[in-house]
Amino acid sequence: MSVQVAFSTAGRILRQLRHDRRTIALILVVPTVLLTLLRFMFDAQPAMFDRVALVMLGVFPFTMMFLLTSVAMLRERTSGTLERLLTTPIGRLDILLGYGIAFAAAAAVQAAVVSALAYWLLGLDTVGSPWLVGLIVVGNAVLGMALGLFVSAFARSEFQAVQFMPAVVLPQVLLCGLFVPREQMVGWLQAISDVLPMSYAVEALTEVGTHPAATPRMWRDLVIIVGAAVIALMLGAATLRRRSP
Amino acid sequence: MDSAIEVDGLVVDRGGRRVLHGLDFAVRRGSVTGLLGPNGSGKTTLMRCIVGVQKVRAGTVTVLGEPAGAPDLRRRIGYVTQAPSVYADLTVRENARYFASLYRLSRTTAEEAVRDVGLEAVADHLVTALSGGERARASLACALLSRPELLVLDEPTVGQDPVVRRDLWQRFHALAEAGTTLLVSSHVLDEAGRCDRLLLIRDGRLIADDTPDAVRSAAGTSDLETAFLRMVLAGDGQDQQSREAV
Repeated sequence: MSVQVAFSTAGRILRQLRHDRRTIALILVVPTVLLTLLRFMFDAQPAMFDRVALVMLGVFPFTMMFLLTSVAMLRERTSGTLERLLTTPIGRLDILLGYGIAFAAAAAVQAAVVSALAYWLLGLDTVGSPWLVGLIVVGNAVLGMALGLFVSAFARSEFQAVQFMPAVVLPQVLLCGLFVPREQMVGWLQAISDVLPMSYAVEALTEVGTHPAATPRMWRDLVIIVGAAVIALMLGAATLRRRSP
Repeated sequence: MDSAIEVDGLVVDRGGRRVLHGLDFAVRRGSVTGLLGPNGSGKTTLMRCIVGVQKVRAGTVTVLGEPAGAPDLRRRIGYVTQAPSVYADLTVRENARYFASLYRLSRTTAEEAVRDVGLEAVADHLVTALSGGERARASLACALLSRPELLVLDEPTVGQDPVVRRDLWQRFHALAEAGTTLLVSSHVLDEAGRCDRLLLIRDGRLIADDTPDAVRSAAGTSDLETAFLRMVLAGDGQDQQSREAV
């Protein structure tokens, strides 16, 4: 493993992204427009906007980084660049770390732009610090990236890779407590919700939304998110085989 | 020991089908060896075994004195796949710099590699905007920059015009004279004559391992294309006879 190689891989991935202006625009514009829509949907219920917009700040980067990574990784597999990388001195961990660093940086930029808009222009109000919101949002983006990397091993085409998005992301959004509080779900549904990492992201964001300082529960949730990301990355590493049949 | 590659009883199965049926051969250091055979004969699979990314059923592959796929070999081997495996959404220069960084080589080395394959004029163009032949050369540049001891090139001259093809072969021979071993697959038969030695495989079996001159005289013709057709068809004829005998 080499930190230098991991960073040069991250630089390469960000350079690829930089040449794709339209994707950059979509990463920044789509969540901005959606949040603005929410703001006017809940024009008469500012408290509701605060709750939903905060959760959405966590959902957007998770979804987008999941999609970006699964397609980017699939391209590496199908174009032969991954096989080529595996014949060079690069370590498998360097590749994964490279992706992690690159998409965490992209997510941080996205979070900064979207949060700035939400707080200053749309009047989002949280009891806790926006910095904590940012921290959780980036953690969530890294989780989305790690899951995307893992799932890309099971897709043969970009069509399939894109279909994994509703399969992996939507159940988490439905069961994270946004639509129905988790405590009110029937037992088995709550059990499923308990093992889905997004539930902890939403809980952590809600903690920041309702408490002036970071709570132990928020830290615990953040640890769970990062732990889930590490597990997904290790599963992803297991799918990067140097020798294939 | 002056063998760069030693293959002993190599058997490979892919998707439940036997692709290589016990190959034995050696490749001398500092030579240009041509790997020839019809489509689907197992050329790419054999190359994948040598660079250590193919699961092997039986047999051994020794590369530069170590078992194929040994971590230490990754610095000493360059592999260019058939489809140009460079990042299409990066420029030629960015690709070369990235691959140089994996070997901890400088940007100057990357620039030299781009110049060596004659792409300095399009160094700042995205690979996706290049012609097929230019893409193949961009891919080649990324393999040359680490100055590997063994270069494994899968159809490097496909889609190149005759002038570029001649330049590439001159480069291959210059590299061999400097001590690099090259294994080059091709199905362009007029290129076969430029190799020091030829390996001809058909249906996963080695049917010739000799110099171009010896292959010509064995087949009783001065033309390599005719020689190969005769050898491949002779093999088909034997299969036909053995099937009829059963």
